[in-house]
Amino acid sequence: MTDRADTQPMIYRHRLATRLWHWVNVVVLFVLLMSGLMIFNAHPRLYWGSYGANFDQAWLEIGATPDAGVLKIGSLTVPTTGVLGRWTDPDGNVQTRAFPHWATIPSSYDLAGARRWHLAFAWIFAWGLLAFMVASLVNRHIARDLKLGRRELSPRRLWHDAKDHARLRFPTGQEARRYNPIQVISYVGVIFVALPLLIATGLTMSPGLNAAAPWLLDLLGGRQSARSLHFIAAVAVVLFTIVHILLVLLSGPLNQLRGMVTGWWRLPAERQP
Amino acid sequence: MILTRRALVTGAALGAGGLLSGCDALNGSERFQRMIALAEGANLRIQRAVTARGALAREYRPEERSPVFRSNGTAMPSTPLYQNLLAGGFADWRLAIDGLVARPLSLSLGELTAMPAREQITRHDCVEGWSAIGKWRGVPLAGLLDAAGVRPSARYLVFHCADLFGSAPYYESIDMVDARHPQTILAYALNDRMLPVANGAPLRLRVERQLGYKHAKYLMRVEARDTLAGIGQGKGGFWEDVAGYEWYAGI
Repeated sequence: MTDRADTQPMIYRHRLATRLWHWVNVVVLFVLLMSGLMIFNAHPRLYWGSYGANFDQAWLEIGATPDAGVLKIGSLTVPTTGVLGRWTDPDGNVQTRAFPHWATIPSSYDLAGARRWHLAFAWIFAWGLLAFMVASLVNRHIARDLKLGRRELSPRRLWHDAKDHARLRFPTGQEARRYNPIQVISYVGVIFVALPLLIATGLTMSPGLNAAAPWLLDLLGGRQSARSLHFIAAVAVVLFTIVHILLVLLSGPLNQLRGMVTGWWRLPAERQP
Repeated sequence: MILTRRALVTGAALGAGGLLSGCDALNGSERFQRMIALAEGANLRIQRAVTARGALAREYRPEERSPVFRSNGTAMPSTPLYQNLLAGGFADWRLAIDGLVARPLSLSLGELTAMPAREQITRHDCVEGWSAIGKWRGVPLAGLLDAAGVRPSARYLVFHCADLFGSAPYYESIDMVDARHPQTILAYALNDRMLPVANGAPLRLRVERQLGYKHAKYLMRVEARDTLAGIGQGKGGFWEDVAGYEWYAGI
């Protein structure tokens, strides 16, 4: 197996812009997520519409009963003691904040500090996404690799691809030169939907920008809806990242890592029928 | 391969742990804090550069108001001075407007409510994340500044409040761009009733394009100044001083 793999051709898979953006995002999204969870902890309730505060109906809430932590989504209540709403800090004290110390930046409650981290790294994130998009238009990454065409959207192919994913049968040989359809769809969903939505909803929470660009409020359904969508998009990116890392680990992690560091990726050998 | 994967997973777990403590270490570094605080200045300059200075905050219809307008921070100032003013129905309360002005003013609540007023139904956004919509009525600040003859050297207005946090008096400050904005008012009524104590009676600032902690309650004195140094710890507001919140709260 090893011998045969060594004779497989190397292909230049990831261009410089992709690799740079990828590794910047590893740091930046990590910081944005964890400082964001700390900001959420200041008011762990989400609403739809323009307004929303303690006396209004929340569609999601992380709270604490006298002896348990709970996550409430609509009419559903999930006990989350130990993780959400009630957990023990490193000093052994029971805390009733929503997200636990290991999930937030800073690790102990500090809304002002978390905002400084979040609003500083948001600049790197937003300009990074813009730079990546421009570079990927110029180097034709979007046109070549991230195009949703008939191949990506054919239900038969998608079904076939889904079965392959479920069996962890990764494309090999010539098939592996291109992203598979589910891969293209998830990358397009993250790059062109979830990440821009995070930026747009983030901007819509700014009262200063609300005055300058009130159309953002109309587009996103009000400031509290924007806050909810910001949270949902962040959860979507977290789920994507978990699956992404899992698939990297399962599909030859060293080859994948080398690909994202140097750009060069060894084409997996054709599977023997 | 299995070994490699295990090593990778272990490495990732160790890396994550290292990152977490690393973030707290960075958080404690003064140089790093100065670096990420640069974003605040950038946010103010960029928002001011790309948006119209006079852009109005959205005003809502009466039926779009929050059923309950919650309060936050001090709900009842405990100082004897405030308690006496409250007991007297604020008959003895005066708002001082002084500092870098040609004609210092001392205005009673009756004088303020007799002045031309502005009504606006706006959204109050707390830094914590919640929002409430209410109807405010008050005196446009720009008119008061003209009446007092604010000097050109004044760059900031400092709002001195009657409430104490611990032993520190609450205060806030804004620059002249926000001070002269048409929706910046000193409000004495919320939802068609005189301002409740929890919301800042008898008078509070509304500076609609910024977060809630800028909207100083229990106003006693408006001071025009050329610098924020020399008040509190010099950062321009109570929360700015004690917790490091941004002075510019437009985000």
